[in-house]
Amino acid sequence: MTVKFSKDHEWIDAADATAAVVGITVHAQDALGDVVFVDLPEVGRHFAQGEVAGVVESVKAAADVYMPVSGEITAVNESLRADPSLANSDPLGAGWFFKIRPSDAGQLDALLDAASYADYAKTA
Amino acid sequence: MAAAAAPLRTTPLNALHIELGARMVPFAGYSMPVQYPTGLIAEHLHTRRAAGLFDVSHMGQLRLLGPAGAAAFETLMPVDVIGLPVGKQRYGLLLSDEGTIIDDLMFFNQGHDAIFVIVNGACKAGDLAHIQARIAQRCAVVALPEQALLALQGPLAVTALARLAPGVEKLRFMTGGNYAVAGCDCLVTRSGYTGEDGFELSLPAAQAERLARALLAQPEVRPIGLGARNSLRLEAGLCLYGNDIDSSTTPSEAALDWAIQKVRRSGGARAGGFPGADKVLAQIDNPASLPRKRVGLVALEGVPVREHTELQSSDGRKIGTVTSGLPGPTLNQPVAMGYVSPAFAAPGTRVQAIVRGKAVPMQVCAMPFVPANYCR
Repeated sequence: MTVKFSKDHEWIDAADATAAVVGITVHAQDALGDVVFVDLPEVGRHFAQGEVAGVVESVKAAADVYMPVSGEITAVNESLRADPSLANSDPLGAGWFFKIRPSDAGQLDALLDAASYADYAKTA
Repeated sequence: MAAAAAPLRTTPLNALHIELGARMVPFAGYSMPVQYPTGLIAEHLHTRRAAGLFDVSHMGQLRLLGPAGAAAFETLMPVDVIGLPVGKQRYGLLLSDEGTIIDDLMFFNQGHDAIFVIVNGACKAGDLAHIQARIAQRCAVVALPEQALLALQGPLAVTALARLAPGVEKLRFMTGGNYAVAGCDCLVTRSGYTGEDGFELSLPAAQAERLARALLAQPEVRPIGLGARNSLRLEAGLCLYGNDIDSSTTPSEAALDWAIQKVRRSGGARAGGFPGADKVLAQIDNPASLPRKRVGLVALEGVPVREHTELQSSDGRKIGTVTSGLPGPTLNQPVAMGYVSPAFAAPGTRVQAIVRGKAVPMQVCAMPFVPANYCR
């Protein structure tokens, strides 16, 4: 598997190195509750690792979506914009947020694998 | 993570919340259920359609006893306490000497010179100290820490509760009495804080779980967390103490003049005589003097507008701040309340909220956002 996880509770699937897919984790959507609104970045913008690239809102609260690695936005999920509840119902699939072209492969290697993230999320 | 935080207190229903799968969060010093497995939106909509059971045992309960209790309590609030008939409940405001709001509360005339009071959980220690310091020489001020408080809210609340306590259906909004409900000794009032018809039930902590289980066994009733309580009260246009009102706001600024009966206003039979009366009455008599006013706001696009968001006029001047805001589950539209300069307080006025650096158009609108469903 090529899916990695950030300590900010994003996942990134870099199977396609020029269009890595980014979303929020099962843990993140569970903590937020029913997602009702997403603010997605503009295609073509470049963000550094850790920068706020989007926002996800539930009735309770708004949470930032951070760039798991530096890169350029190549696509955003218009289906998620139309139906934000996809972030709850299928956070690792149809509820993806955006695709990026990573600019530093080393950052990907340094992210958590699934087992490490699962341990981390228990304490977060 | 507040390292030095005191351990959280629990309500008598703590074990039941956990059994029901609640997500527990710290609130007002207590571990409280923010939502159950069905989630905030489902809980909110269920309360609007059927009946929701809320544990509000973190709130403060106290009783004022003695023939001078009503007159003494009236010296703390701009509210008609003396004239409240036996069996009726009223909304009140504890005021500071500057005329600002120390807390908002509900009080009920139990008869036999007893006034039952419910205050906000986060304020209860301060309220008790304040009330005791000011009026304990005129009446007994008794805290009731062994009482639990449940709220059953929604259009089918009366159906469910009347099955367990025949007769409660005769109560009207803001009235109450003592009832045995599923064998529990309850002080029942027909009131709540969701904008829906419903009841609040105060009872001994030891009986609370039995009552909760009996209510949850009714087909109309589901458990509802504090998350939905917040979205319901905001749609109902009701203030949350600590967000929408606090010790910096006066009743008129908070658009709570309706809570000040004529008898306590300028020209009334018992005008004034409460803390900050000169300032509070001057603001009622001359609304143009208000520095700011609480209003309702609807977002004209889908972006939720949260508390602390700056409000601007269309030409970019800061005119106020949002104090509560979220996507209203009943309306499927973002709603908010906040304070604006009086010139922008008229319903229909267009303003803009600055969300993440972008201007989101909003319109001032009359509250409640969802029509109240009280049984009058």
